[in-house]
Amino acid sequence: MITVSDIHKSFGKVRALRGISFNAPDGKITGLLGPNGAGKSTALRVLYTVLKPDQGAATIDGIDVVADGLAARQRIGTLPHGAGLYPHLSARENIAYFATLCGLDKGIIDDKVSSIISLLDIDDFADRRTKGFSHGERTKVALARALVHDPQNIILDEPSNGLDVMATRSLRDLILKLKDAGRCILFSSHVMQEVAALCDDIVIIAHGKVAIDDSIEGIRSRTGCDDLEDAFVRAIHWVEPE
Amino acid sequence: MRPLLTVFAKEVLDNFRDRRTLISALVMGPLFGPMLFAFVINLSIERSLSDADSTMELQVIGAENAPNLIRYLESRNIEIVDGPATRDAAIEGVKAGTLDVVVIIPETFGSQLADGIPARIEVIADRANTQVERDARRARSALRAYSQELSTIRLVARGVSPLVMRAIDIDDVDVSTPSGRAGILLGMMSYFLIFALLMGGMYLAIDTTAGERERGSLEPLLSLPVTRDQLMLGKIAATCLFMSLSLLLSLCSFYVALKFMPFAQLGMTPNFGPAVVVAAFFILAPFILVGASIMTLVASFTKSYKEAQTWLSIVLVAPTLPILIVSILTLRPQLGFMFIPSLSQHLLLVDMVKNEPVNMLYVAVSVTSTLAIGALLTWICARLYRREGLLG
Repeated sequence: MITVSDIHKSFGKVRALRGISFNAPDGKITGLLGPNGAGKSTALRVLYTVLKPDQGAATIDGIDVVADGLAARQRIGTLPHGAGLYPHLSARENIAYFATLCGLDKGIIDDKVSSIISLLDIDDFADRRTKGFSHGERTKVALARALVHDPQNIILDEPSNGLDVMATRSLRDLILKLKDAGRCILFSSHVMQEVAALCDDIVIIAHGKVAIDDSIEGIRSRTGCDDLEDAFVRAIHWVEPE
Repeated sequence: MRPLLTVFAKEVLDNFRDRRTLISALVMGPLFGPMLFAFVINLSIERSLSDADSTMELQVIGAENAPNLIRYLESRNIEIVDGPATRDAAIEGVKAGTLDVVVIIPETFGSQLADGIPARIEVIADRANTQVERDARRARSALRAYSQELSTIRLVARGVSPLVMRAIDIDDVDVSTPSGRAGILLGMMSYFLIFALLMGGMYLAIDTTAGERERGSLEPLLSLPVTRDQLMLGKIAATCLFMSLSLLLSLCSFYVALKFMPFAQLGMTPNFGPAVVVAAFFILAPFILVGASIMTLVASFTKSYKEAQTWLSIVLVAPTLPILIVSILTLRPQLGFMFIPSLSQHLLLVDMVKNEPVNMLYVAVSVTSTLAIGALLTWICARLYRREGLLG
């Protein structure tokens, strides 16, 4: 369960977030949608505590991300934008490194790593060094690394970026599986169709503010557009730029 | 403690697989220094030894005017060659560098000698040309010795003791030991050791911030349930390990290299046995923390891997500055110097190589102050790692 209330964040003169609020409940998939530069990544970075909000609060399972960042990070698995791997380590070693740092018991790490490897279907290249991996292979390993400790909350920053059709499809299946397991999934995208195909709730943001936060049906009726792309374009025009 | 060890173990494994780190840590630093050192020392030893033994060619104009002098010069291993035809040609030749040294014996030489007035001989050389100046010096000193010999014969012929020409007898008493003389030459060894030490951890220090960021692995790492202090300290610990490996290998390669250098011919015996190698490691070891933290600190301000490399090459040179200043001013070791990292290690090492008693107070001050400065720099690194701007 993730809650965000009235978060502001500026970088020098640029006001990246101007008061953002939304909730991402357990057992649901929440999509964070917005054009490039809308503030999606900044919002997610505040949630996984690498950025501190100037104002406002966010909680992960009720834990404040500013007051107790360590405990909050314990409850999330993240796939940051353009996540990189260690090229001299094999995929398995990359995943095991993160599993160990997440505090998993030594005895179960090997099993956990093996099961996430087969879940994400990366057995074929699991024991190769990641140097020279394709973008899709890298993303899969990074995803495995984020999920290896069974986090309750999963934050994915544009996970399908650069993935081919097959990889996107298996990612979608995985996200649905996690939803059925009662996890809270929050992911960002700038592709309306992708979000529509997966999400229970969609938060559209533009210029650092929430334009609309509703289910797909709700968004259709409130914007008066049947076509989701039209709805998206109309909604982001509701927000005044600075 | 466990995350710190995990980070440490991963960094060690990662870097042992990285050819670039391995080459700079285990090959470049440890071998390059001793080899260059051995080369320079061998060259300078050979040049200074070859002086008196080898036969030297000397261009002479008017050799027929002084047959006795020529015979004397030949007895001193100087081979006489006919010079150019005229004095002007000789001056031109020396100026242009086609001729080394030309001695001109005028026709008047014999008659001046017979009359007892100082007989004139010209030595044409270019003092700015250090290569040739050595030969010119040898020619001059041979001529001076011949003059001395003639004077002595003249005095004896007049019934005067040649001793009247020596009012004072100067006796040089050299108290230096063979090890002490070696200390002068081996003084620069400490810099090579510090250089190798820093090289060993350079790539790890860059990787801690700029490298992780450029690869895109910093953000996932920071989003793990681990404090940033633990990440930073684990990485600095791995950097320290590589630096100590580099240092240890350098000391060993110096130990081997010194065995092949002709120190005995120079009357030097460097005190650099296995015991000194071990002691030198422990004297230099505190500097590892300073090196690791200062490199990590400098790298953390840079935006990219390339930029970090540029700045760190300056850090590689920085420790020489205090050593250089003290060497130029030829200052004796004193307590104040022991507070300065790199300088204190250099001075203590030189004392050991010279086989002089090592002042234990100096060692204590050097170790504690260097460790304290290292700890302070590490603390600053950890503070900087907590910054938001770290992500760049």
